Amino acid sequence: MTQMTEPDVVTAPGTDPQPVIEMRDISITFGAVRALDEVSLRLFPGEVHALMGENGAGKSTLIKALTGVYTIDEGTVLVEGESHEFHSPAASQAAGISTVYQEVNLVPNLTVAENMLLGREPRRFGAISVREMNRRARRTLLHLGVDIDPRSVLDEHPIAVQQLVAIARAVDVEAKVLILDEPTSSLDADEVEKLFTVMRRLRDEGVAIVFVSHFLDQIYEIADRMTILRNGRLVEERMVAETTQLELVRLMIGRELETLERLDREAPNTEAESGTPVLKAVGLGRKNTLEATDLELFEGEVVGIAGLLGSGRTELARLLFGADHADTGELTVRSEKRRLRSPRHAIDRRIAFSSEDRKAEGVVQDLTVADNMLLALQASRGWLRPIPQATRTKLVTEYIKALDIRPADPTALMRNLSGGNQQKVLLARWLITQPDILILDEPTRGIDIGAKAQIQAKVAELAAQGMSVVFISAELEEVLRLSDRLVVMRDRRKIDERRNDDVSVRDVLEIIAGEAHPEGDPHA
Amino acid sequence: MPESPTLVVRVLRHPLMWPVLALGVLLVINVGVKPSFLDVRMQDGHLYGNVVDIMRNSAPVMLVALGMTLVIATRGIDLSVGAIAAIAAAVACTRIIGAGDEAALSTAVMAMTYAVVVCIALGAWNGLLVSVLGIQPIIATLILMVAGRGISMAITDGQITTVNNPWFSDLASGFVLTLPLAFLVAIGVLAFTAVLTRRTALGMLIESVGINPEASRLAGVRSRTIIWTVYAFSGFCAGLAGLVIAANTNSVNANSLGLWIELDAILAVVIGGTSLAGGRFSLMGTFIGALFIATLTRTIPNIGIPSDLNYLFKAVVVIAVCLLQSPKARAVLRAGRPSSPRPVPAKAGSPA
Amino acid sequence: MSTVTARPDSAWDRVKDFTPPPRYIPIIATFALFVGLFGVGGMRYDGLTDPQVLISLLIDNAFLIVLGVGMTFVILTGGIDLSVGSVVALSTMIAAKTLQMGWSPYLSIAAVLLTGTVLGLLMGLLIHYFDIQPFIATLAGLFLARGLTYLISVESISINNSTFSELAFGTVYLGDYYIRWTALLALAVVAIAAYVLARTRFGRTVYAIGGSESSAMLMGLRVAFTKVGVYVISGFCAALAGLLFSLYILSGNSLHAIGMELDAIAAVVIGGTLLTGGRGYVVGTLLGVLVLGAIKTLISFDGTLSSYWIRIITGVLLLTFVVVQRFATRRQQ
Repeated sequence: MTQMTEPDVVTAPGTDPQPVIEMRDISITFGAVRALDEVSLRLFPGEVHALMGENGAGKSTLIKALTGVYTIDEGTVLVEGESHEFHSPAASQAAGISTVYQEVNLVPNLTVAENMLLGREPRRFGAISVREMNRRARRTLLHLGVDIDPRSVLDEHPIAVQQLVAIARAVDVEAKVLILDEPTSSLDADEVEKLFTVMRRLRDEGVAIVFVSHFLDQIYEIADRMTILRNGRLVEERMVAETTQLELVRLMIGRELETLERLDREAPNTEAESGTPVLKAVGLGRKNTLEATDLELFEGEVVGIAGLLGSGRTELARLLFGADHADTGELTVRSEKRRLRSPRHAIDRRIAFSSEDRKAEGVVQDLTVADNMLLALQASRGWLRPIPQATRTKLVTEYIKALDIRPADPTALMRNLSGGNQQKVLLARWLITQPDILILDEPTRGIDIGAKAQIQAKVAELAAQGMSVVFISAELEEVLRLSDRLVVMRDRRKIDERRNDDVSVRDVLEIIAGEAHPEGDPHA
Repeated sequence: MPESPTLVVRVLRHPLMWPVLALGVLLVINVGVKPSFLDVRMQDGHLYGNVVDIMRNSAPVMLVALGMTLVIATRGIDLSVGAIAAIAAAVACTRIIGAGDEAALSTAVMAMTYAVVVCIALGAWNGLLVSVLGIQPIIATLILMVAGRGISMAITDGQITTVNNPWFSDLASGFVLTLPLAFLVAIGVLAFTAVLTRRTALGMLIESVGINPEASRLAGVRSRTIIWTVYAFSGFCAGLAGLVIAANTNSVNANSLGLWIELDAILAVVIGGTSLAGGRFSLMGTFIGALFIATLTRTIPNIGIPSDLNYLFKAVVVIAVCLLQSPKARAVLRAGRPSSPRPVPAKAGSPA
Repeated sequence: MSTVTARPDSAWDRVKDFTPPPRYIPIIATFALFVGLFGVGGMRYDGLTDPQVLISLLIDNAFLIVLGVGMTFVILTGGIDLSVGSVVALSTMIAAKTLQMGWSPYLSIAAVLLTGTVLGLLMGLLIHYFDIQPFIATLAGLFLARGLTYLISVESISINNSTFSELAFGTVYLGDYYIRWTALLALAVVAIAAYVLARTRFGRTVYAIGGSESSAMLMGLRVAFTKVGVYVISGFCAALAGLLFSLYILSGNSLHAIGMELDAIAAVVIGGTLLTGGRGYVVGTLLGVLVLGAIKTLISFDGTLSSYWIRIITGVLLLTFVVVQRFATRRQQ
């Protein structure tokens, strides 16, 4: 039902020397962590400004500083040249800054018009004038080129339309700045195009748009200027047209090309790639999450998955484990065709999966280290068959020692451990189940160097003992160091697969940036 | 803070510290008003006295609260326990009356077994609604809360049914080893629950599901089975409680039997330190919580206030305990004291 | 999704093609249930089709209608109020006691309404500002109100104030039929509530909170005011229902209205309001009360069925609505 007008001609960003927003040397500290360190951002009217960076770069923190959710410790915010301090989202909105978040922050049970105008409904004699409200909503929607009935209930519409309604709500207050935080992460290509049409229209009317997306193609299609962040610091502000994709990826990941030499690494395990694969996915995919993907995993092999955040690396791992349901494709585990309906099924087939979201999907904060370690094994045995005390003690002591977990106290509560030690406990949780296939999604994120090296060593050791490992990490060096075979993903697709001999970080960067000619699958 | 806390600090930090202290305060008040309050005398081989009465009277709430503790630990709630208790009583009483020999031991045992099995089935029904259909616990158990008393009345045909079976009434008024049987039954179920949860892996898996359902799912925990089990167990406990209450009066009044016992049980659980948000649970805490409620009920007439007013005091206790457990209220309290650190500002959430 | 342009269809085509918006389906189902109950009953029992029976349904259930209206506000925000039964009992007791003490009836009414409103306010503050779960905060309210009732008097107190009796039996004749003031008052409460929910910012915020409280907060709506407000309204409605109940039963008693909160919740749910909040209408609640009343009437007309069937049937209806709602919302997700 949505109908779009033709996109307008893309014009060069405004040459107005006065930015509508200027954030200067912003610093924010959370406890001991410096989330933003003297970051600056300039937004000009009539431009789409991409905010780029990997996990933990500080994008969300910067946005929340601008929208008044977080208080700024140091630095100034200028709105049209005048200094402002935002202590609440309302204050920021009053200054003309509107935000649309990734998860649509509207109420699903009310109509489109109400969602656009809640809190500022037109009234006659004190009562809300529904007719006037619908009229005004339709006018705004049509102005954006969105033709839907404002009287329809919001959750009757697909997410893409809801996203547009959220934008319409933001625009209705005559926003000077519109922040779109990952609006495209769950949209398909057509829906993205509709969104871009609306964005171009607003830009041409002089709105400054901040756009966050993990899809490089989208950035190059829509953005005029970009600010790149890394580890809470400003890397550079660039014009999109003057930056190649390779440069952009390099800036985001943060390696100078000169130093990107191959790291010392043992020769890949080539004998492994023979016989029947222990795990084989054919056309595995899920709507709006992952395009149909093939993957083979052999005994004793480490397959590394490289790709940026949002490239589909995590999504693939979750489908392999049955944490999410696949819409298409089939999965063969040890020549047995299986639809993995749940993690339980996967674990019964000796697959283990450690999620990237340690806090929400890994640790059980209020249980002890011992309980956390034994959770998966105990879950497999069922509650009626507790692990005998002697076995418990033996397993827990053994793994605390093997992985050097500190404090070496099985009765310590999980919440009192550092991130690195929590990660080791989670690794132990899965190793105790003696899996054949181990899927590790960012097992070394946000942990200290020592713990990282220990985990890497353990993974290499396990593979040498015959375990098959899928290793996902945002750090390319790490993936290259550990893996026998490399899968590169981008924009929810597998774009390349090659044996890891003579592959350098630079090669991978070029593949991700779309500048290399992909090799075929070595098995093809 | 020193490396190894002193004994005093360890006692002060113990999770049972507050419930025990509250119970102690109540007892002190009672002794202050009536110095002979704690006196216990021996008569006909039985112990008599206020303390013994408190033990006996605490049994029904304690039983219900034990099942409720496990349900609450999984982030659930069971509002139907009062209705289930009424059904248990109705089933047992009509069975006893319908039996060939109304006063026989076998009659009492058969009737009670039958009633308890019915209650386990009712609990499993709640579990089905919660774990399989995914209905919110408060809503799922509300259904049986509404219909249950009707079912109980249907079983007794709307009559207040009186039974005459000495074995059955012993459940409430009998003594074993000088102690009230009802209390011993409750202690028995407490021990059984402790073994059930702490000697098997049930307790750990319940806590895991209650603390982090998603992490538990990814670790392969069959939370559906766990949740089903705890609701069935809650039905079992509620059934036993209903039998004790019915045995106490040798009759069943479907309208009033076990009325508001779900609220007392939730109160006992909360007083015992188990959070309504789920997660770690304390059976000993619940035990003390139930004793606290029974003592409170006894205290009110003892200090010269009409016993019907116990609701007023319970209201105060509910509010006090909830405020003590509420992080927001604690932050307000802490902000009032200048020496302690200020509450963490809102931005301290993870910077993601 | 409907189209923007008008279609040149005939009137009949439009009637033929008409499908009600999904949000009205629960209400239509409840209405059909109500009509069905009376249709089947009318065939079996003489006298049931007399319009006066219908009007009596309103008269006999006036207090429950008012109670249900307050509960609807709370449930629409995703909360629950367990205290209303006890507040009704407290209200009958305050009215009876103050009248016995020789207060003016109007002062007595004011005292009742003020007490209920203040209790609602306190619970609302606990829920919003201390993040206490609604059921536990209103559980405290339940105990408090019941305790206060016993504090006033353990005995039942009868009401024999002439003004009260006049109010209780104040009747409007419509030709051959009559309706009492109390029923008209209840209908007025429904009308006012429907207006507030549909046409004021407060009302729309109630729905928004039920849809997503965090979104409502981010949209800059007055979440705190509204969340506390619904409990104030529920407290006020419970007090008003208590007054109507004391007019109906003409006594104050601490054993009144035990479990009435369950009737109110059942009426709201059977009226099509989603227990998780965000969807529903007070008109549905009115229909829900009438369905419960109709079941009672049918059972009393039948004479062979015992009164406990009311509870069982209510439970079955509750189950049906909850399960159907569950599947309806699951499909949408």
